[in-house]
Amino acid sequence: MNQTGLDRWLNTIGAWTLALLWFLPLLYAVWTAVHPSAYATRFDLWAPLTFENFANAWAAAPFARYFLNSFLLVTFILIGQFILCTLAAYAFARFTFPGSTVLFALVLLQLLVMPDILIVENYKTMRALGLVDTIVAIGLPYIASGFGIFLLRQTFKTVPKELDEAARVEGAGPLLVLWRVYVPLAKPTYLAYGLVSVSHHWNNFLWPLIVTNSVETRPVTVGLSIFAAVDQGIDWSLINAATLMTSGPLLIAFLLFQRQFVQSFMRAGIR
Amino acid sequence: MTRRVEWIYGWLLLSPALVLLIAFTHLPALNTLWGSFFSTPRGQRPAKFVGLGNYETLLADETFWQVFSNSFWYAVVTIPVSVALALLMAIWVDGKLAGRGFVRLAYFAPTVLPLIAVANIWMFFYTPGFGLIDQISGAFGFPSVNWLGDPDLALGAVIVVAIWKEAGFFMIFYLAALQSIPPQLREAAAIEGADRWTFFRRITFPLLMPTTLFVSVNAVINSFRLVDHIFVMTDGGPDNASSLLLFYIYEIAFKFWDTAYASTLTVVLLVLLSVLAVGQFFLLDKRVHYR
Repeated sequence: MNQTGLDRWLNTIGAWTLALLWFLPLLYAVWTAVHPSAYATRFDLWAPLTFENFANAWAAAPFARYFLNSFLLVTFILIGQFILCTLAAYAFARFTFPGSTVLFALVLLQLLVMPDILIVENYKTMRALGLVDTIVAIGLPYIASGFGIFLLRQTFKTVPKELDEAARVEGAGPLLVLWRVYVPLAKPTYLAYGLVSVSHHWNNFLWPLIVTNSVETRPVTVGLSIFAAVDQGIDWSLINAATLMTSGPLLIAFLLFQRQFVQSFMRAGIR
Repeated sequence: MTRRVEWIYGWLLLSPALVLLIAFTHLPALNTLWGSFFSTPRGQRPAKFVGLGNYETLLADETFWQVFSNSFWYAVVTIPVSVALALLMAIWVDGKLAGRGFVRLAYFAPTVLPLIAVANIWMFFYTPGFGLIDQISGAFGFPSVNWLGDPDLALGAVIVVAIWKEAGFFMIFYLAALQSIPPQLREAAAIEGADRWTFFRRITFPLLMPTTLFVSVNAVINSFRLVDHIFVMTDGGPDNASSLLLFYIYEIAFKFWDTAYASTLTVVLLVLLSVLAVGQFFLLDKRVHYR
């Protein structure tokens, strides 16, 4: 391609300007979080560094408990999704049964009509089940994920039928074949879906806000919003420290596994 | 395996997921529609059939129309801008670029942050007087602006945050698509003497159409689904100037406990979502070139 020197320069400058603009908010949050609050609105390159804001924020609200809740929540959802979506995807990929087309359409419908929007009715259901203010209630609507079923079905369909048949000739039943042949071959899909699912549910806010009302069940996002609302306008360094803390695990995981993250999101998106 | 046994296996494998799907997606959707024809039960008074009464209330509800127009502008601005930016980012990051790793990281980082955390960070920027934006504009002698407190500016301020959060996410899909375009096409175009813009307009862009379709359907869904930042930044205010449909549903259902009216609003949201997603599919599908 005839890319002139000027052209290349303009592109580089454009890309970097946008990148710096995009990175600035994050950088600024880090800056205020590691400096005393007196410097929150005053720029001084030599301002003293401190980690006190993190310690103070950690002590000011039950963040340890919030972290535990979020951890339990994403683990519960991930395990549930892996089991249920694997079974359903296997059924759609390799079994012929009456109604499979209609049922698959019903599964795909969830990509449009998500539990995120059906908050009124789902709250009624949770109340009827006596599950309000439990971690199970936060996760349950998301366990049977239409997206997960679709993704795994596509992967399972690419598994050569000969492998399946070879295992059956050796006397393995359908579940054993699933476990021995399909699941190992779908490992990259599980990783991709797992990363997307964990980051999605770690970050989820509206439904947990509705269905929880105690420290024992609140995930970090809801905890953070309460913390920031109470202290609003008082101490920005403290709020920014808490904000970074709650995003910390994902941010660190992202920096460490940047390549896998990006590839996972790609893999989950295409097809 | 006989056919009957296969049927039974299929249904059994499917049933756990199906039960939960029906319980938390399909039944609630139907119940929402059903509930919108009844009044909200209060105290001793049970719910009674009111026909289209709730929909009449809705048509006369000025706040609803305000929220409806907010949602409209929010979608109309957020979707094209974030999709276009995503495409631009992807093209930059896909090409030869000094410091590509950092640039890609910068674009993508907002995606992994919780929206609620993003809102906290941006709150600080928008704070009148000592927020970053005011400090910079103040240095140039501009007066202080209350971005989130001004009914004319609040929605715009919220839209900026949504674009910042979304663009990097959509970039990933474009990046994946760009990397699957065969390099021979580029070589062939170079031999023909096509310049970069022609190559983009005639080859890259048409080949990216399926991705554009996928990304824009997602953008539509997200523009209705993601309202977390409203809670932190404006609480829908001032005077409902930045309230979006799902946020309004939350307020009606869980602040005023008018569940019947909230159901009615949810029906409107679901209809809007379906019409937009399906419409977009048919509109863009005509221009999608499948290989």
